[in-house]
Amino acid sequence: MEVIDLAWWKLGLAALLVLALAATGYVARLGITRSLLIAATRTVIQLALIGLVLEALFASSAFYWVALLALVMLLAAGREVMARQARRLQGWWAFGIGTSAMFVSSFTVTVLALTVIIGPEPWYAPQYAIPLLGMMLGNTMTGVSLALDRLNESVWHQRAVIENRLMLGQTWQQALEDIRRDAMRSGMMPSINAMAAAGIVSLPGMMTGQILAGSPPSVAVKYQILVMLIITVGTGFGALMAVSWGGCRLFDERERLRLDRLVRH
Amino acid sequence: MTHLLLENVSVGDLSDVSLAVAAGQVICLSGPSGSGKSRLLRAVADLEPHGGVISLAGANQQSMPAHQWRSRVAMVPSDSQWWFDEVGGHFPDKGNERLPSALGFPPDVMEWSVSRLSSGERQRLALWRALVLQPEALLLDEPTANLDGRTTETVERWLLEEIRQRQIATLWVAHEPAQIHRVADAHYQIHGTRLEPVNGSD
Repeated sequence: MEVIDLAWWKLGLAALLVLALAATGYVARLGITRSLLIAATRTVIQLALIGLVLEALFASSAFYWVALLALVMLLAAGREVMARQARRLQGWWAFGIGTSAMFVSSFTVTVLALTVIIGPEPWYAPQYAIPLLGMMLGNTMTGVSLALDRLNESVWHQRAVIENRLMLGQTWQQALEDIRRDAMRSGMMPSINAMAAAGIVSLPGMMTGQILAGSPPSVAVKYQILVMLIITVGTGFGALMAVSWGGCRLFDERERLRLDRLVRH
Repeated sequence: MTHLLLENVSVGDLSDVSLAVAAGQVICLSGPSGSGKSRLLRAVADLEPHGGVISLAGANQQSMPAHQWRSRVAMVPSDSQWWFDEVGGHFPDKGNERLPSALGFPPDVMEWSVSRLSSGERQRLALWRALVLQPEALLLDEPTANLDGRTTETVERWLLEEIRQRQIATLWVAHEPAQIHRVADAHYQIHGTRLEPVNGSD
């Protein structure tokens, strides 16, 4: 089965539909015209560029180019995690904790999936490594940022409770117990919900894409199952690390709550 | 015998605070609001960075893990916090059995929901919650602030009895002169950046 290529002018037709929506929004004064057009333009430009990058990468498939792209993706995800926290740790900590947690969990799980489960030759073959890492990072990013945001926000609002627990001789881990559990739950909920709804409510994007590209559904399904499982694992361990490092940083060596280390942005 | 010892402690605007509290003794601290009474208690509990040396029965505060220090030097804040749904969750298993009658609660209070407690009831239970930990020193921040006149005196008498019987060194922040007169073995007042003794004239 050969994939039907799309001509650029046919994409223009889809773009015309977006313009029609924007025009309607403008006439009806919905106030979304501007952001709609900007976002649509960004999609076209960003995806066209990444298409070029991937074409070049697939042609060379040198390890260091794959590694460089992975690094750029990681740093962008780290910046995004930081931007999504209403209150965050001062200095480099917000970026550092989020990025390290994502690095350790996403990269470990991706490399494991590549070498042990999928087994392309070489293991870093960009056709497999980059899309897999992209999905891992995208989801881990959501999980880590939700968990950290919840952690910092709860600690800020429950300052009095935490300190009262400390006053009664609890360790900082005990005083933070409930908040840590909540933060973990926020971080993990999206992937748990996605797994529960997969195939019944939603057909996941990756599987759909693979079927459109001509794969037999039985193969596409297996890849989708693999991806959802490792995404959950990556997100879970990522959130776990981020919450425990972040929690640790909110207290000092005398187990005092240090809210001065949080800044609002 | 001196139990809780503060030597040249400084925190916030306060400096050079030196105090010795013997076991079973109550020292009252007073001063205008915002003068740093609560911060001083927080420094003694090691919840606030501070200068100087604080020790309990000769053991330096910094020589033991902070949570261990705080379980020996327990603090009861003026606005107590509750984090479980039921009262009993905040107490160790056996706290129920010895619930003192002076607090005025029926035995089933441990099954009550925290949300039905009045601020005065929370305050009294918070005192008991700290006492069941069997601390060697107690830091009380206006412990009767939410209580009415009669309850205040009942709770005071009960607290003093417990403090004497358990030989707890106590720092008690209070602002009402009559109460200070009733409970204090010694009274110190904050003037600007100093803590000064008030002679037993009042």
